[in-house]
Amino acid sequence: MTAFIIRRLLQSVFVMLVVALVAFLMFNYVGDPVNQMVGIDTSFAQREHLRQELGLNDPTLVQFARFVGHAVRGDFGLSYQHKRPVADLFKERLPATLELSLVAALFSLLVGIPMGVYTGLKPDGWLSRIFMAFSLVGVSLPTFLIGILLIFVFSVILGWLPSYGRGTVVAIGGWTTGLLTVSGLKALLMPAVTLGLFQLTLIMRLVRSEMLEVLRTDYIKFARARGLTDRAINFGHALKNTLVPVMTITGLQIGSIIAFAIITETVFQWPGMGLMFLQAIQNVDIPIMSAYLILVAFFFVVINLIVDILYYVVDPRLRVDTAKANGHA
Amino acid sequence: MPGPLLQIAHLRIAFDTRRGNLVAVDDVSFDVHRGEVFGIVGESGAGKSLTGQAVIGLLEPPGRITAGRIRLEGRRIDNLPYARMRRLRGKQIGMIFQDPLTSLNPLYTIGRQLTETILTHRNMSHAQAREHAVRILSDVGIPAAEKRMEHYPHQFSGGMRQRVVIALALCVNPKLVIADEPTTALDVSIQAQIIALLKQLCEKHATAVVLITHDMGVIAEICDRVAVMYAGRIVELGTVRQVVKHARHPYASGLMGAIPSLRHRQERLNQIEGSMPRLAEIPAGCAFHPRCPEAFAKCRRRRPHLIEIQGAQVACWLYGEKA
Ligand SMILES: Nc1ncnc2c1ncn2[C@@H]1O[C@H](COP(=O)(O)OP(=O)(O)O)[C@@H](O)[C@H]1O
Ligand SMILES: [Mg+2]
Repeated sequence: MTAFIIRRLLQSVFVMLVVALVAFLMFNYVGDPVNQMVGIDTSFAQREHLRQELGLNDPTLVQFARFVGHAVRGDFGLSYQHKRPVADLFKERLPATLELSLVAALFSLLVGIPMGVYTGLKPDGWLSRIFMAFSLVGVSLPTFLIGILLIFVFSVILGWLPSYGRGTVVAIGGWTTGLLTVSGLKALLMPAVTLGLFQLTLIMRLVRSEMLEVLRTDYIKFARARGLTDRAINFGHALKNTLVPVMTITGLQIGSIIAFAIITETVFQWPGMGLMFLQAIQNVDIPIMSAYLILVAFFFVVINLIVDILYYVVDPRLRVDTAKANGHA
Repeated sequence: MPGPLLQIAHLRIAFDTRRGNLVAVDDVSFDVHRGEVFGIVGESGAGKSLTGQAVIGLLEPPGRITAGRIRLEGRRIDNLPYARMRRLRGKQIGMIFQDPLTSLNPLYTIGRQLTETILTHRNMSHAQAREHAVRILSDVGIPAAEKRMEHYPHQFSGGMRQRVVIALALCVNPKLVIADEPTTALDVSIQAQIIALLKQLCEKHATAVVLITHDMGVIAEICDRVAVMYAGRIVELGTVRQVVKHARHPYASGLMGAIPSLRHRQERLNQIEGSMPRLAEIPAGCAFHPRCPEAFAKCRRRRPHLIEIQGAQVACWLYGEKA
């Protein structure tokens, strides 16, 4: 178990280093960092001085090491647009994005899995047909269109929900949350549904097909032949066996929820990292862009790590297989 | 209580397909007595598994019983409501499948699978069920049963897993066990052990067995009586002595020629030529006639019915009036 986790951690560190390299290259070679910082009237000598001071004349490897060292401490330099530390900007916006992503992910799981189980158990039922038709819509409509439709119905026509922003937020320590106020929750509803809908339909279809597959297996037939109750068979034996593939996809999906948040945040003017990232692209604010890249990669890596550990918990076969693999290695 | 344990009368199983109604099992009748080992033998596709599934009520749609009756201890079970049939499964009728590698849920310990099954049918505490489970495991010949309870299926070898499967099928002491090719997926060296175990356990608990196999060797080993099936019908039925030693139907004696012995398996010497017809292409007359070395004119025209000869039953025109 520990050996497995250590190996996974090393892989994660490697992935992060590769991403950091990309971010570093972007930082150093897309545009000239010095030009971004100084005015037009700065003399060549002054520029050269600044360049020396920033260490831009050092060997590339030294620069990269320094970049990584700073990144590990959360130091991504100053934003060109805001003239403030990038870390501070992210700290302000991180809660908005994480709350949105988390609620969207929970929504997609808590609704998607039961729908998938139901359609798997009753593939010919009329409700299943409705779910499947609905999922087709969810998969094929682009996110921004769903967002705009929701705004049109619930904000413009009905006037029930705000069309932009986070509503009233409460600060707890360094974290701002919209989950504790009515206005915050109302503001969260549409963005979360918009962001989670695609994942929901994906999870539902996945659970459904896994369920259909598992229900055909010999061990389910044998469980039936032993007279176990439908409940024990469907939820105890079948559902648990669908968990491994569902966890894989869900892990990937939660990562992409954070990435997809860019679109949703733009549609709803949600004050999160995604919105900031998009603005940074428009202004070629490289420090924000590279920091965003690293941060999203970091989330992906952490989620994958968690999924890998969950495999362990769910599937006893992996425990032995990796032990064997370690024995060989 | 006298009378057979299981009575099957004129069973027909059909599939509604786009190409029409395909009859896979037709007019199958036999009785199984208490404690008896009854064999069903025939090549792949003969309808053996379907017959077994029908008995335990697990035919998969679109397959369904379209005619006939199945009785257990005199009571009809082919038309029971779902919930009542469910309670019968495992408790009155157990089933053992072919592949022990895939018959066990990989995510649960075998102890859990055993206690779950016991608690489903028996009113006892969890501790009692566990105790019972350990006893059954040692009964089927699993060493260190107590410790093995905590192990997962993948930690057992194929033969050991089939022992676990047998333990699961017999754990609440059903009156009848249907064993569908219980040794086909196993290593030859282990097959005889598993068959012996099955026989010993069922003798001990007076459990009747319907043993489905394509292997006459297995039949000869443990069965009391046997039905030979071809293309959905029984072509010969009798005691093992009658059918194995003195097969009357050319198909049955053909199978005997193809017998691989359990102990010293040899090349199959006299394989019957050709193969069983597909369901939609069953010929008129006797279904076996295109492959039969002794077929004559009548075989091509009229289907033979089972007739009684010295206590055995045979469906073949060699044993009736030939015209
Ligand atoms: N779902 C199905 N649809 C159509 N035909 C089927 C289906 N399941 C089984 N059959 C046919 O029923 C016949 C008998 O099958 P089975 O009882 O499994 O044979 P076996 O004697 O090998 O156990 C075979 O010819 C098979 O093709
Ligand atoms: Mg079969």
